[in-house]
Amino acid sequence: MIHVDNLTKYYHDFCAVDQISFDIPRGEILGLLGPNGAGKTTTLRMITGFLKPTSGTIRIKELTNDEHYLEIKKMLGYLPESAPLYHDMLVFDYLDYVANIRGIGRDKKLPRIRELADLCGLGDVMHKPIAELSKGYKQRVGLAHAMMSDPEILVLDEPTSGLDPNQIIEIREIIREIGREKTIIFSTHILSEAEATCDRVVIINQGKIVADGSAESLKASAGEEYLINLSLQQGDLTSLKSELDSIPGVTGITQVDSNGDLFRARLTCRSSEDLRADIYRKIKATDWILMELSKETRSLEHIFRKLTKEN
Amino acid sequence: MRQVAHIFRKEFRAYFVSPIAYIVISIFLLVTGWFFFSTFFLYGQASLRNFFNLLPLTFSFVIPAITMRLFAEELNVGSYETLLTLPVTFQDVILGKFLAAVAFIGAMLVPTLAYPVVISFLGDLDWGPVIGGYIGALFLGASFAAIGLFASTLTRNQIIAFIIGMAICFSLTLIDKMLFFLPGRMLGVMAYLGADFHFQNVAKGIIDTRDLLYFLSVIFIGLFGSQLAMEEKN
Repeated sequence: MIHVDNLTKYYHDFCAVDQISFDIPRGEILGLLGPNGAGKTTTLRMITGFLKPTSGTIRIKELTNDEHYLEIKKMLGYLPESAPLYHDMLVFDYLDYVANIRGIGRDKKLPRIRELADLCGLGDVMHKPIAELSKGYKQRVGLAHAMMSDPEILVLDEPTSGLDPNQIIEIREIIREIGREKTIIFSTHILSEAEATCDRVVIINQGKIVADGSAESLKASAGEEYLINLSLQQGDLTSLKSELDSIPGVTGITQVDSNGDLFRARLTCRSSEDLRADIYRKIKATDWILMELSKETRSLEHIFRKLTKEN
Repeated sequence: MRQVAHIFRKEFRAYFVSPIAYIVISIFLLVTGWFFFSTFFLYGQASLRNFFNLLPLTFSFVIPAITMRLFAEELNVGSYETLLTLPVTFQDVILGKFLAAVAFIGAMLVPTLAYPVVISFLGDLDWGPVIGGYIGALFLGASFAAIGLFASTLTRNQIIAFIIGMAICFSLTLIDKMLFFLPGRMLGVMAYLGADFHFQNVAKGIIDTRDLLYFLSVIFIGLFGSQLAMEEKN
């Protein structure tokens, strides 16, 4: 659906995006992750045709922005970062204007606006000026704007920024809902969001792609390292260390806290097998009481930090 | 062409939603009305000559104030990005905004139609120059609107857009009053560049294609400059 090939963008001397390439098949939700200033917005702006790449090509259904920019704009719905809108227009007037420009017929216009108002929860603010809306509502108006013509591709730049937790969940549900039929590419710096909504994650840092794959495969690629949380009644760090010394996979033991007689530790393990069985057997031999023994895979957060902090 | 109409309608309505329109129209009517009628009875002539004499000067202040927000505001708020990712071309956007400004200038001139009507009761008014004057005023207004629109594409600050637009319009109005500074062979060229010179020709009631061609060229240069400035941005 979208083919990005060796895309590069320079702002004067500053290289914002450096030779990135990726393909997005139809119906995929792609999350573009990266720290601030990594080049996410620039990449999205080039896909929408708002910015011209310095070099490289973007093909959308075999069309390029140089020759078919009007066709591409028709296929694409775009929500810019922080949803910039006309402040002195009423929400309804604005959506009506967008519907006109998107060429939605007179008889279909009103039902479509109603449908979007329901989907994005705009019913109560339809006749308010946009300037008076809270950030969350502005974001929803922006989302309704992007979805107006039911486009095949949705490009959303930080769709959940500035929203409260309830709204974030609502927006994510909307994204997943539309993502069943449409191709969606969105940027975010919230990792749990990417993990919860995307089929595939692309992490970029300083204009380059540093990781590309599903959230699970990225986690798996971080190696066979995992964490075990352990809580014991009675017990202390030194005796635990001496007890578990004989298990080869355990590479580190740190004390998390100990209040009263409850002692909590975190074990770093490197092994292809689950070491919990071995640990349990060791502890059973002592007179400690086991309160918790749980495994935790390295989170996307960890991978993200590792990949983007390296330089 | 449909996109132009949608953008035109939105921009024209936007003028009347904000207080800007009413303030600008009031100031325009106050200034032109005061300067025209304060000397009108001294001359004792039933003509709008003085009104049209002053018009290029008032226009060079008022019209950049009308056009200053057209692009500068969008660039400042960021809605420029939203607008350009809708299925519209640069030409659609420029023409829609330009025509909205011209229509607004037309609306601003409508109340002044009361002057010739009132004067026609006072004396024998020659309608030829009046009609010519209004046609000229529309062409002059459109030219200045194109210049103001261009100034607005250059910056995200409305005040800077206003000052640049005003400076250009002002120079075009005054250029043929400054001819005594120039060497003889440049006089013809410089006089031709003056907006006031062409406007006064039309306002006499003589509609000459040379004058109209001048205004159309200024409009074209202003709009084309706006397009170049927009293309430069990406």
